[in-house]
Amino acid sequence: MAPSESRVLSAPMKVEFDYTRSLGPVLSRFMSALAQQQVLGGVLADGRVVVPPPEFDPVTHAAVTELVPVSSAGVVQTWTWVTEPVKDQPLDRPFAFAHVLLDGSDAPILHAVSVDSPAAMSTGMRVKVRWADEPTGTIRDIAWFEPVGDEEPAPSASVETTGEPEITGIISPVNLEYMYAASPEESKFFRGLAEGRILGQRCPKCQKVYVPPRGACPVDGVPTAEEIELPDRGTVTTFCIVNVPFQGQKIPIPYVSAYVLLDGADIAFLHLILECDAADVRMGMRVEAVWKPREEWTTDLNNIKYFRPTGEPDAEYETYKQHL
Amino acid sequence: MAKVPAAVIGVGQTKYQAARKDVSIAGLLREAVDRALADAQLTFADIDAVVVGKAPDLFEGVMMPELYLADALGAAGKPLLRVHTAGSVGGSTAIVAASLVQAGVHERVLTVAFEKQSESNAMWALSVPVPFIMPVHAGAGGYFAPHVRSYIRRSGAPTNIGAIVAAKDRQNALKNPYAHLRNENTTVESVLASTMLWDPIRYDETCPSSDGACAMVIASESAVGTSGVTNPAWIHGTQMRSEPTTAAERDQVNPQAGREAAAALWKQAGITSPIDEIDCAEIYVPFSWFEPMWLENLGFAAEGEGWKLTEAGETALGGRIPVNMSGGVLSSNPIGASGMIRFAEASLQVMGEAGEHQVDGARKALGHAYGGGSQFFAMWVVGADKPSN
Amino acid sequence: MRDVAVVAFSQRQMKEMDGSPTCVELLVPIFGELYEQTGWTKKDIDFWCSGSSDYLAGRSFSFVSAVDAIGALPPVMESHVEMDAAWALYEAWVKIQTGEIDTAAVYGFGKASAGVLRRTLSLQLDPYTVQPLWPDTVSLNGLQAREGLEKGLWDEKATAEVVARSMTDAAANEWAIRKGATSVDDVLAQPMYADPLRRWDIAPVSDGAAAIVIAAGDKAYEARETPAWITGFEHRIEPIALNARDLTTSTSTALAGRAAGTAGVDLAELHAPFSHQEIILREALGLASDVTVNPSGGALTANPMFTAGLNRIGEASRRIWAGESEKALAHSTSGPVLQQNLVCTLASKKGSN
Repeated sequence: MAPSESRVLSAPMKVEFDYTRSLGPVLSRFMSALAQQQVLGGVLADGRVVVPPPEFDPVTHAAVTELVPVSSAGVVQTWTWVTEPVKDQPLDRPFAFAHVLLDGSDAPILHAVSVDSPAAMSTGMRVKVRWADEPTGTIRDIAWFEPVGDEEPAPSASVETTGEPEITGIISPVNLEYMYAASPEESKFFRGLAEGRILGQRCPKCQKVYVPPRGACPVDGVPTAEEIELPDRGTVTTFCIVNVPFQGQKIPIPYVSAYVLLDGADIAFLHLILECDAADVRMGMRVEAVWKPREEWTTDLNNIKYFRPTGEPDAEYETYKQHL
Repeated sequence: MAKVPAAVIGVGQTKYQAARKDVSIAGLLREAVDRALADAQLTFADIDAVVVGKAPDLFEGVMMPELYLADALGAAGKPLLRVHTAGSVGGSTAIVAASLVQAGVHERVLTVAFEKQSESNAMWALSVPVPFIMPVHAGAGGYFAPHVRSYIRRSGAPTNIGAIVAAKDRQNALKNPYAHLRNENTTVESVLASTMLWDPIRYDETCPSSDGACAMVIASESAVGTSGVTNPAWIHGTQMRSEPTTAAERDQVNPQAGREAAAALWKQAGITSPIDEIDCAEIYVPFSWFEPMWLENLGFAAEGEGWKLTEAGETALGGRIPVNMSGGVLSSNPIGASGMIRFAEASLQVMGEAGEHQVDGARKALGHAYGGGSQFFAMWVVGADKPSN
Repeated sequence: MRDVAVVAFSQRQMKEMDGSPTCVELLVPIFGELYEQTGWTKKDIDFWCSGSSDYLAGRSFSFVSAVDAIGALPPVMESHVEMDAAWALYEAWVKIQTGEIDTAAVYGFGKASAGVLRRTLSLQLDPYTVQPLWPDTVSLNGLQAREGLEKGLWDEKATAEVVARSMTDAAANEWAIRKGATSVDDVLAQPMYADPLRRWDIAPVSDGAAAIVIAAGDKAYEARETPAWITGFEHRIEPIALNARDLTTSTSTALAGRAAGTAGVDLAELHAPFSHQEIILREALGLASDVTVNPSGGALTANPMFTAGLNRIGEASRRIWAGESEKALAHSTSGPVLQQNLVCTLASKKGSN
C-alpha cells in the first residue's frame, strides 16, 4: 500500500542488543558443566533434584549450593508441536517443545525435541540430549533432544564440577522486529516535511500551536486539529553543546542541540545548530532551517539537516522566557 | 477512614558498582532483600506482599522481570506488584508499598527496586532509533543540559554551583560504604577541570551507571509494635504527581508537578517551613545542577535562590539542610533503584542508622525522586516520631 | 474497608490498530466516554493509574506519552504498573482505601500487532536457562493443555464447547474480534495448529485500550445509580518455572478466589487466553455449573495485552449495572501460563461479601 493511502505512516523498527548476563554461583556451575556436555541438577532442601537448578530453594528460600550430575536422557512428560517456529528457536523447521524428565532428576527441563512430525511425538517417549557442535556455555549447548532409539546413551563421564567454574557470564542476543506507526497527526507532519512544509496544528481548546501536531493536546487531552503551516525560522530558546559521541550519532562533535521555537509555534522542538562556532550559539539566537536537496526529501525530520543563524538581532529574553 | 500508621522497619542495600559480575539479577536483588529482612528481624514467612520497581525493561532485556524474580523474592503464593514510573520509580514503588500498609490491606510489605545496567547500555535502551525522528540530544545528559542552562539564565547563579554540588556529594560518598564512586580527590576545582560533556554539564557533574538494588520492609503500627525494631522510620506523608513531557509553555526548570507534590507533602506532614522542620534530604540529583533546582521546586528556597544555599555550604553535612548525605545519585545510580535509595537513606537518617554520613539528631527527613523529562515526581517525609495527623 | 464501586467502563478491541503504539488515539475517545458515563470532568478524578508494556511497544517509557491523553496540566496524581491494567485498578483501589482519594480512573493499552507477540512474550521467561530457547507463548500453553488432556482432566470436546460458546456469545459483543455462531463440531473440524491446540483454542493477537472509573461511597452514586460494588479484590503469583508448578491447576487463582470470596457469584468473566484455561480457572475458583461464564465472549475472542484483564472487570461491572447479575467475579491473568492471577468480585449491593 502506498504511504498516502493509509491514515498513518509506518516503517519497520528493530530493537537489537546483545545482553551480557553475569550468572552468579549456581548458574555458572550449571553452564560450565553444559559446556563439558554434562547436565547438573540443583538439590533442594527436601532432597528433590531440579534441572535447571534454581538459584534459591523455593521452600526455604536459602541459596541452593549442592549441584549433582543427572543423565542426559529422560522421558517426555508433555509436549506441544511447533508448526511455525519463530526466529532463534532451537530448530528452524517444525519441532516439539517438551518437558523432559531427565533420569536422576525430579522436575522436568523445558527444551526442544527434534522429530519429523507430531505423529513421532508421544508422552512417555525416551529422548536424549543432542549436544551442540561448539559449546558456548549456555542452555543452547543442548541443541535439542532427540529420540533415544534402540540404544540408550552411555552414562556421561563424570566431569570435574568443583573448583572455580569457567563460565561466569553469557551473551543473550535479543532481536525484535516491530512495525512502528506514527500517530495520524504526526503522519500529517512527516508527510508535510516530504513536501518541504512544516505543518503544525492548533489545539481547539487552548488554541496553542503544536509542532509536531499531537494526538492529544497535553493540556486538554483532545487532538490538535486546525492545520497551521509554519515558517522554517525561529528562535533558540535554550541549548547544550554536545561533546560526547553516542551510539548511532553521525554528527561530529562538538555540536549544538537546541530547542528551536518556530515563529508562530507555541512549543519548541529539538534540532541541530550548525554553520557557526558552537561557542557563538546563544539563547535568543535567530535561526533558519537548512534543508536537504529536494530530491532527497522523505517523510522524515532528517529533511531538515540543521538550523543555522540568520544574522538577525537576537530575540529579547522576554519573548521566549515562558518557553523554558 | 483513618489511615493505618506505617513505618520502615528494615533497609537493605547492595554495594553499588559499575558491573556486579559476581551475581545474577536474582542474586543482586537477594543481597538487598536479605539485608532488609535481617535489619527488620524478619524472614520471608513474615512478609504479606512484595512490590518491585525498576526502570525500563529494555535495560536488562527481560520483559516484566518480576515474573522471573517472583520465586527468588519469596513471593510465590503472595501478591506481587510491579511499578514502573520512569526515573521516579524507586520512590513510586516505595509509596505503593506504603499504601498497601496504610490502607489496612497488609501488615508487612517487602519492597525492592533495582537495575543491573551492566547487562546493556542505558543510552541505547533510552534511545532506540524510532522511524521518522532524528535523535540529536545524545542521552539523558543531553536532554537535561538545556534546562540547566535555562536555570542558570533565570536565576543568575554563578557557573561553579554545579561543581560545588558534585564535590560535596562525592565527598559524602566516601562516608557511605555502598557508594559506587569513591574518589578522595574530588574538589570543586577538579570538577571544574573535568571534560565538558553536554555544556553546561561537565563529566564530574554527571551520575555513574551502576548495578544495584535497594529494599525496605514497611510495617503497620501494630506490626512495628510486635517487631524487635525500636527505631522505625514513620511515614509522615507521601505524594506523587505527573505532567506531560512537553507542553506549550510548560515550565521545565521548575515543573508545576514537583511544586504541587511538595506543597501537598508538606501539608500532609504538618510542615509549614520545610527548611526549618526538615533535618536533611535525599534528593534525586543525577546532574549536579538539579540540587539548587529542586531546592527551589521543593520549597526549601524561593525561586532563583536555591543556589545560594548550595554556595553557602548549607547543603553539606553540618549545614542548614544537608542534601544527599549518602553521596546521592551523583555517586551511585542503579536507575530503577535510585529513587528507592533516596527514600531508604532518608529512613536510615531518622532511624539513626546512617553510620558515618548520619546527620546528628535527624528527626525528619525527605526522600525525593523524579523521572521522565522532569515530569514524574515521588516523595515522602519520614520521621523518628509517630505522625500525629 | 471503604465501599468502592466501578462506575464507568469504556473499551476498544481490534485486530490491528491503525495508529501509534502510544494508543493515544484510542485513549482520547475512551476517556471521553468515561466522562459521558459519569457526568464528570478530569477535575473529578483524584488519581490515574495505567498498565502497559515497553516491550509491546518496542521502546522504553512507552507509557509516558499516554499521559498526554489525560491532559495532565495542571498535573495529576498518577502511577503506572508494567502489568495488565487490572493490577493498576488494584493499586487505585488500595489508594482509595488509604482515604487519600475518593475517585480514580484506570487505563490500559497495547498494540500487540506491532511485533510478533508470541515471540516477544518469551522475554518474560527465565533469562538464563529458558528465554535463550525463545519458547513461544503458544507452545508453553500447549504443554499445559496436553498435560490436562492426557491426565483425563478434560477432553477436546470440553475445550471445543468453551470455544463454541465463547464465539457464539461474542457475536453480541461489538468489540470482539473472533465471533459468530459456532458449534462444537465446527470447532473440532478445524485442523490442529500447535498440537494439541487448534487456532480457535488460542486467543487472537489483539490491539486495544480500555479504562474504568472507580469511586468510593456516595461519590459512586453521584456517577451512577446502580454502581458495581467491589466486594473482594485479591491477587497472587506463582513461580515462573513451569517445572515448579502443577500445570493442570491454578493455585494462585484458587488462593486469590478464596481470599476474595466467591460465594453467591452468578456470573464470571475469566481471563482465559486458551480454551483449556477456562476449565482450569472454573475449577480453581470452584464455580458452580450454573454460573454464567464469559458472556462477553471472553479473552478467547479478543485479548488485547495489558487490557484484557481490566476488560473482564469492566464486562462484569456492566452486567451488574444492567441488573443481569447480582454478584459477579472478574479474573485477570499475567505472566507465562497463568503465572499470576487476580480476582475481583463485584455486587449490586454494598458489602455483600
